[in-house]
Amino acid sequence: MATTAPALKPVPQVIAHEVQAEPTRARWTEWFTTTDHKKIGILYIVTTFAFFLIGGVEALLMRLQLGTPNNNLLTPERYNELFTLHGTTMIFLFVVPMMAGFANYFLPLMIGARDMAFPRLNALSYWLLLFGGIVFYSSLFWQPPEAGWFSYTPLSSEIFTPSGGQDAWIYLIHITGISSLVGAINFYATIVNMRAPGMGWGRLPLFVWAILIYALLLILALPVIAGAVTMLLTDRNFGTHFFDPTEGGSPILWQHLFWFFGHPEVYIMILPGFGIISEVLPVFARKPIFGYKAIAASTVVIAFLAALVWAHHMFAVPVPTVVLGFFMLSSFLIAVPTGVKIFNWIATLWRGTIEFTTPLYFAVGFLSIFVVGGITGIFLAVFPVDWQLTDTYFVVAHFHYVLMGGAVFTIFCGLYYWYPKMTGRMLSEPLGKASFWLMFVGFNMTFLVQHAMGLSGMPRRVYQYPADAGLTVYNQISTVGSFVLGLGILLSVINFVRSYKNGAVAGPDPWKGNTLEWFTTSPPPVNNFDVVPRIRSVEPMKDIRRQVERQSGIAHSETEGQPVTFA
Amino acid sequence: MSRIRAALRPESSFRRRLAAALLLATTGSLVFASGAFADFLTPESGGSPNADQIDSLYKIILYIAIVVFIVVEGALFYSLIKFRAKRGRVAAQIHGNTRLEITWTIGAALILVVLAAVTFAKLGDIQNPPNSSSDGLNLAQGVLTASTTEPSPPNGKKLAICVTGRQYIWRYTYGANCKSNAFGLPFSYQEMVVPANTTVVLDIEATDVIHSWWIPKLGGKMDAVPGYRNFTWFKAPRAGELYKGQCAELCGRGHADMTARVRVVSPGEYETWLADQRQAIADANRQAVQLRRQLASDGII
Repeated sequence: MATTAPALKPVPQVIAHEVQAEPTRARWTEWFTTTDHKKIGILYIVTTFAFFLIGGVEALLMRLQLGTPNNNLLTPERYNELFTLHGTTMIFLFVVPMMAGFANYFLPLMIGARDMAFPRLNALSYWLLLFGGIVFYSSLFWQPPEAGWFSYTPLSSEIFTPSGGQDAWIYLIHITGISSLVGAINFYATIVNMRAPGMGWGRLPLFVWAILIYALLLILALPVIAGAVTMLLTDRNFGTHFFDPTEGGSPILWQHLFWFFGHPEVYIMILPGFGIISEVLPVFARKPIFGYKAIAASTVVIAFLAALVWAHHMFAVPVPTVVLGFFMLSSFLIAVPTGVKIFNWIATLWRGTIEFTTPLYFAVGFLSIFVVGGITGIFLAVFPVDWQLTDTYFVVAHFHYVLMGGAVFTIFCGLYYWYPKMTGRMLSEPLGKASFWLMFVGFNMTFLVQHAMGLSGMPRRVYQYPADAGLTVYNQISTVGSFVLGLGILLSVINFVRSYKNGAVAGPDPWKGNTLEWFTTSPPPVNNFDVVPRIRSVEPMKDIRRQVERQSGIAHSETEGQPVTFA
Repeated sequence: MSRIRAALRPESSFRRRLAAALLLATTGSLVFASGAFADFLTPESGGSPNADQIDSLYKIILYIAIVVFIVVEGALFYSLIKFRAKRGRVAAQIHGNTRLEITWTIGAALILVVLAAVTFAKLGDIQNPPNSSSDGLNLAQGVLTASTTEPSPPNGKKLAICVTGRQYIWRYTYGANCKSNAFGLPFSYQEMVVPANTTVVLDIEATDVIHSWWIPKLGGKMDAVPGYRNFTWFKAPRAGELYKGQCAELCGRGHADMTARVRVVSPGEYETWLADQRQAIADANRQAVQLRRQLASDGII
């Protein structure tokens, strides 16, 4: 095996070479002027991860406040500010732009492109995000918003929330909205126009499919919220009455507009995560993805249905029964394509040779958590049951199971999977697995009991609960769990920082991946690829390795679906 | 080929591990299922038929959910244990199975069809109030109202109470015309007093921001939205009970303190309480008038 037969034909290999620009400025200024999708991707990922840590600290403060009954650690004003900051940060400054960060870095690599379609627009998109975040967080120095992340009118109107923090929230939605919209158009244009030769729609990696649909949903949903917050802005500052019932406006109009954006937003947050899982599972099961077409098609169906389920957030407002019934059935319907995805992922593991690397741990952790969130979603879709559950901790538990499970665990899966590509260094596996177990246990400790809290009558967004309400033990378990979860995240941060300089050198393809980003050096050079091979399947790297094997005579075990051992 | 088959055949150590896992799953599910009857896995109930009906609908979904949970998580963990990488084991290079895809798509859809059918079958009992019992409060024949959304028992006899949410207290106005003309009607704050075995229909509104009326044991919550009317009902079976709840929609800094209580009394006690309340309000009004006169004559106002 060790000696190789002389290759008769040239063997495909990683042949990307660094293209060096003349160093005219100091290196750090590159980060401000860059239009390279990889640098912008890194900026996105680092910035949004910082916001994730800030949002996490806000969550821990809330859990501390709720750790004991009748606690006075925080005033109700501070508590309301904290959950508003936490929700807004996690959604607008972490999950959505983090997915954009992954897409920025890996979408051109996966489709064999040199860069994004509009590199300068791409830079604009990042800087708008950063400034949106800065505008929002600068309200900390005056008066942060306190009407919750969905800022229901009339509470968010000028009479009841006069502070400028609410306006800062509006500007955040506007600025990060433009950022996402510009980014979405860029992703769409890139995917449609810049695919490698031979990469038809049936050979597009599933992560790219997910980003395509993510972009379409953003283009559909963002203009609606932009209009709604503009109306809120004029209501607050220029005397209009769109949402003021005393002047013929309607508070329920706000809810319709907000959730028409807000529910697609949920799928905007988790579809790219689904895409990451669809890439990671086949790599570590050493088996092709089960039902490629079904997974791609279910992504499209989910996106279509996502625009038809918004009023299931509004089952307790005065609406006719026929509307309640419609939104219950449409919400049921969206469970079918989601279920199809889960079955396909399990079928991908079935009869594979599963290698328990840290990315696989996070992928499987996501699956087991997301199933619970999906099931509790059915409870909430049944509107008479929702009358008991809505606006309680049951809902808090549900959306953390789908969003923390669906987005955060998939983001960690993606970070562990792609870190070697982005930095050229491997992460520590023992530290990664320790982090996973702490996060998994801490997560379930924090949020499983929250179902019981809600069922026992604890509404969301209360800063205190009485000692005799039977909620103390649940809250204590939840608070302890949240710190275990926080410790798990901290271990990952240590892992990311430590490995940046000291990790083992990764090489171009440490995982024996399936997609094109592994066909270049780690980290890739500015030009990504010198030559892009012709794409013949959804797993081009397998084809390339097979060709190498054929031509060089060196057996590569993974081509037969056999496990690969890692150093 | 035989090598591959041998690789796919479960080994004895694996078989033992599988048996342990199955045992664990079974015990776990038994604990889970018996716990299903415990209060922490089901919504509050016991104060009104609609809360009980929601509870039983919830339980039906819960049973189906437990089965789905065990099957899906079971398949996941089974494949994780059984198909872990081992030297000599080969991953099956399969790309899919259309018949299987169609089967589980239809299977998932069928479960949801069943859930929808059960929900609509139970909906009537949750939405439509029953008649008051014979030992309930003796009510006059209800007036026919134009509203199509206001729930009404079959015989039209109901006790109407208007619930008004405002930052950060609930106000209750007692009487059939509480919506059209609340003037002179008895009212109370925070604690609602109702007669047992009587169908009470609540007309819910808000005067400032959105609030949400929720007494968990008396049924689901209904939002109080300024400019809109919303309705719910309950029929509490036992006198002497006190049901607690609180505002469920963020309404500002005092949200957590916006609590509500419903005290159930016998119809006789209710009549007495209503008369006392009317008297107390009249007395308070008289005192206020006197005070205002006094202040006016003193030149303070």
